[in-house]
Amino acid sequence: MREGRALGGRGPNSWQTTITVLRKDLLLELRGLETMPAMVLFAIVTFVIFHFGLNQATIAGQEAAGVLTVTLLFAAMLGINRLFVAEREQGGFDAFLLAPVDRSALLVAKALALFLFLAALEVIAVPAFGLLLLGPPLGRVLPGLIAILALGDVALAVIGTLVSAIAVQTRARDLIGPIVGLPLLLPALIGVARGAGPLLAAHGSGVPPGRWVAILALYDVVFALLAYAVFDFLLED
Amino acid sequence: MAQPPAIELRGLVRRFGERAVLREVSVSVGAGATLAVLGRNGAGKSTLLRILATLLRPHAGEVSVLGEALPRRAWAVRGRLGLLAHEPLLYRDLSGRENLAYHAGLHGLGASRVEQVLEAVGMRERADEPVRLLSRGMVQRLAVCRTVLHGPHVLLLDEPLANLDPAASALVEPLIGRSCGATRVLTSHDPSAALAEADLVLGLLGGRTAFVSAPDRIEPGAVERLYA
Repeated sequence: MREGRALGGRGPNSWQTTITVLRKDLLLELRGLETMPAMVLFAIVTFVIFHFGLNQATIAGQEAAGVLTVTLLFAAMLGINRLFVAEREQGGFDAFLLAPVDRSALLVAKALALFLFLAALEVIAVPAFGLLLLGPPLGRVLPGLIAILALGDVALAVIGTLVSAIAVQTRARDLIGPIVGLPLLLPALIGVARGAGPLLAAHGSGVPPGRWVAILALYDVVFALLAYAVFDFLLED
Repeated sequence: MAQPPAIELRGLVRRFGERAVLREVSVSVGAGATLAVLGRNGAGKSTLLRILATLLRPHAGEVSVLGEALPRRAWAVRGRLGLLAHEPLLYRDLSGRENLAYHAGLHGLGASRVEQVLEAVGMRERADEPVRLLSRGMVQRLAVCRTVLHGPHVLLLDEPLANLDPAASALVEPLIGRSCGATRVLTSHDPSAALAEADLVLGLLGGRTAFVSAPDRIEPGAVERLYA
């Protein structure tokens, strides 16, 4: 019998695997442009709908935070639903499972990819929100808003990846994502909306409320650990 | 001391829901030998390959590959197996070279190995085109590259020459043919081609073992009965 390892030696470590999968996902998005343009277009169109639906020239405070959070959430659902489609339809799962790699690297890489998609979405959507709907200027509160949105993005990325990995195994994957994902995301979304509300008020401070920042951070950590613990089982036959 | 078999199945059972796809399948394959698995569509050939590839769990019986019991020690054999399945396991929007670079990354290999296998199957010139633009034969050649990229010790080959013309078949022969040195399990809908390649033949009929035999000792008519 041929002894020892194949040509790959001991195989790549977790970090190398994460980078390999992340690079492939970003390249696939760059080639196919299937997810990002849809997310951005959805967000912009939703702002326009709110603009006319609310029949107000501008909004501020908690109302503005609610509109921004809900719009970003639904735009994120588009990305979440497509996160594992190429793996499922083009054999990516099998190829990954055949490799001598830490399976959790797939979770980390997919969550990082989704986080980057959300960050890119917000780079376009938040200024558009400022132009189309928001009354108070964005400039002064931007650092605080970025912090709150980043914490929300971590929750969206981790829970979204977990839910997407479950949903893609089912025939009703487009339904499973929102049905399972939205309840899990609810506490994080409340945190983002309540944290962003004071920032977007007419004379609000530029600092997000510490209580909501702490709740969001805690929620991120809990779900990151939970996802890490269960992800391997989702990939098993 | 006698070497342990590279692959050993004892009473393997696999079900999908209530339906048993493989029932009490037993066979032992020596290191470097070729097992041909014959049977009509739905006989359980692809399921058997997926179990050996650690992608499916057996529901009963014992399975060992390269001396490691599956599924418990599956992690110990991943990276030493190569699966050439019906699906090429390549991303359609990436080029052949990008796909292979990705797989090389998953196996801890460098770019030089990618160029080596592309050269071997005559695909270096077309390796920068998206896979979706390539012919089926070219995609199959890339799938062969992916399968052997990491120098696997066991090759699991499901219809390996599908979509390949004689020239392309000759190109992939050193990589996945008899001379490659790996232990091979192959399925084919062309029994005569499979028998010519095999040291041992497993006939599957409705998921059960119809026969296990050396090619020259198969009962007359036994192969024909598999497809009747």
